[in-house]
Amino acid sequence: MEGHSQYTPKSGFARWLERRLPILSFMHDSFVSYPTPKNLNYMWVFGAILSFMLVAQIVTGVVLAMHYTPETTLAFDSVEKIMRDVNWGTVLRYAHANGASMFFLAVYLHIFRGMYYGSYKDPREVLWILGVVIFMLMMATGFLGYVLPWGQMSFWAATVITNLFSAIPVVGTAITTWLLGGYSVDNPTLNRFYALHYLLPFIIVAIVALHVWALHVTGQNNPAGVEVKDVKRDTVPFTPHATMKDAVGIAAFLVVYAWLTFFVPNYLGHPDNYIEANPLVTPPHIVPEWYFLPFYAILRAIPNKLLGVTALFASILITAALPWLDTSKVKSAVYRPLFRKEFWIFVAVCIGLGYLGAQPAEGAYLWFARVLSAYYFLHFLVILPVIGRIEKPEPVPESIDASIVRGETSHV
Amino acid sequence: MTSKDTAVKPAEPSRRDILYIATGAAAAAAGAAMVWPLIAQMNPDASTLALASTEVDLSAVPVGQIVTVKWRGKPVFVRHRTAAEIKAAEDVPLSALPDPEPDAKRVQKPEWLVVIGVCTHLGCIPTGKEGEYDGWFCPCHGSVYDVSGRIRSGPAPTNLEVPPYAFIAENKIKIG
Repeated sequence: MEGHSQYTPKSGFARWLERRLPILSFMHDSFVSYPTPKNLNYMWVFGAILSFMLVAQIVTGVVLAMHYTPETTLAFDSVEKIMRDVNWGTVLRYAHANGASMFFLAVYLHIFRGMYYGSYKDPREVLWILGVVIFMLMMATGFLGYVLPWGQMSFWAATVITNLFSAIPVVGTAITTWLLGGYSVDNPTLNRFYALHYLLPFIIVAIVALHVWALHVTGQNNPAGVEVKDVKRDTVPFTPHATMKDAVGIAAFLVVYAWLTFFVPNYLGHPDNYIEANPLVTPPHIVPEWYFLPFYAILRAIPNKLLGVTALFASILITAALPWLDTSKVKSAVYRPLFRKEFWIFVAVCIGLGYLGAQPAEGAYLWFARVLSAYYFLHFLVILPVIGRIEKPEPVPESIDASIVRGETSHV
Repeated sequence: MTSKDTAVKPAEPSRRDILYIATGAAAAAAGAAMVWPLIAQMNPDASTLALASTEVDLSAVPVGQIVTVKWRGKPVFVRHRTAAEIKAAEDVPLSALPDPEPDAKRVQKPEWLVVIGVCTHLGCIPTGKEGEYDGWFCPCHGSVYDVSGRIRSGPAPTNLEVPPYAFIAENKIKIG
């Protein structure tokens, strides 16, 4: 966002390195002198929290991989061995399993923050789409990892999710067989899921690098939703301001993460996954992990296999089109009275779908799931485009500095 | 491009154009041939393809009972149907079925129903003698099958599949 680097190498080695690989000035410009809007609130700490969680998951995952065996007759026992015999194995496994939940909690708050403040709008469309790609890779990684303990929920989650592809006309069954490496979930499936579960996090790291790059090209959005006009008046340097604030956010987040890991490590899990996989018995009530429940509710709401699967994938992919579906020129919901209400209705719909995804697919639950699924798509396809046209936005401040002077967005 | 270049360039494709296209096509074919093993390795291997067959002794299955046997890693239901169940399966009008198929086409002997025990929706195993028609009920997404293994309600698109099988003795079948 700024012109030439303000970095001046202080030591002889730094000057030597800077002439050959200017990595020190790059890091300085990206994470020290980088100008951040001075009105950012605490909803802007989730980028740092997500970076922290990605590293935490990779570190705990790599050490768990040193003890895990991806073979159907040994996998379940190797996980129990981690829990009972491996030094600190219980803590490492609980930290990894609950780390996935905390990762998704942070990403959902990060996504809703982007939706509320219009962070996907011009010029941040590519930044947003990269975020959707990261979210989908996270879902794939989370699902693949859930299969590895080879419990009943692991096995049947793998069966249901790979069978989603059998809904594709003509080639569906062939694709499912190809994904499984057989006619049902078995050793070849577990083996490849392990290989991919190890691979995808590093692809996420690569896309995150592009995401941060795109962010640093356009600059951060902010609660006022107006672009930086005067770097001196509208921004503060990333360090110490954003660095310290992010540290506070991470510390608060770690309190929740540690509480889950140390006090209620199985609260978000399912007891059936402590029963070894049995290909001949489906548990009476199968549910995915909590972070997939809204999408699962949409899948089950539609009494047709192909349409249900299409709706499931569409409900995720549609978010990539958000920059073009939201027709309002005003970014921040702070100045959009109608959208502000609709946003909270949409949040309630998503939470409602999550609740219904955990209930049996019958009776009133099914009908509520149908209504909420319909609303979910209406929100994107009809309500957002229409609100943008009929809404009369409140006056937008002429600058970030002015919004603080007006007391509308503050330096929280 | 200057007028001089245009004058030099022949109107017809030159020898060089043909060489460019041929080289590009060969490179594309070689690339595809290189990628193919990387994709095909994920398909079922030879040991999985070696299609095992399973023999079932029916004399051990009393009337009204369902036994589950494993074939190709999947469960197969063998159901010894009661007279009432056979009648119920035969009397259903085809118009009442989402995937119309008469009961007689799904069995070799009416008292023995043999179906693959995998829900045609998303692959769960339905539980026997449950659901509205006392056939099968899938706990995952609520598909209901009748005593002929035919889909009656719920998201599953087709009937439970009938595997290839043959009676090798009065009371013995071979699946596969």
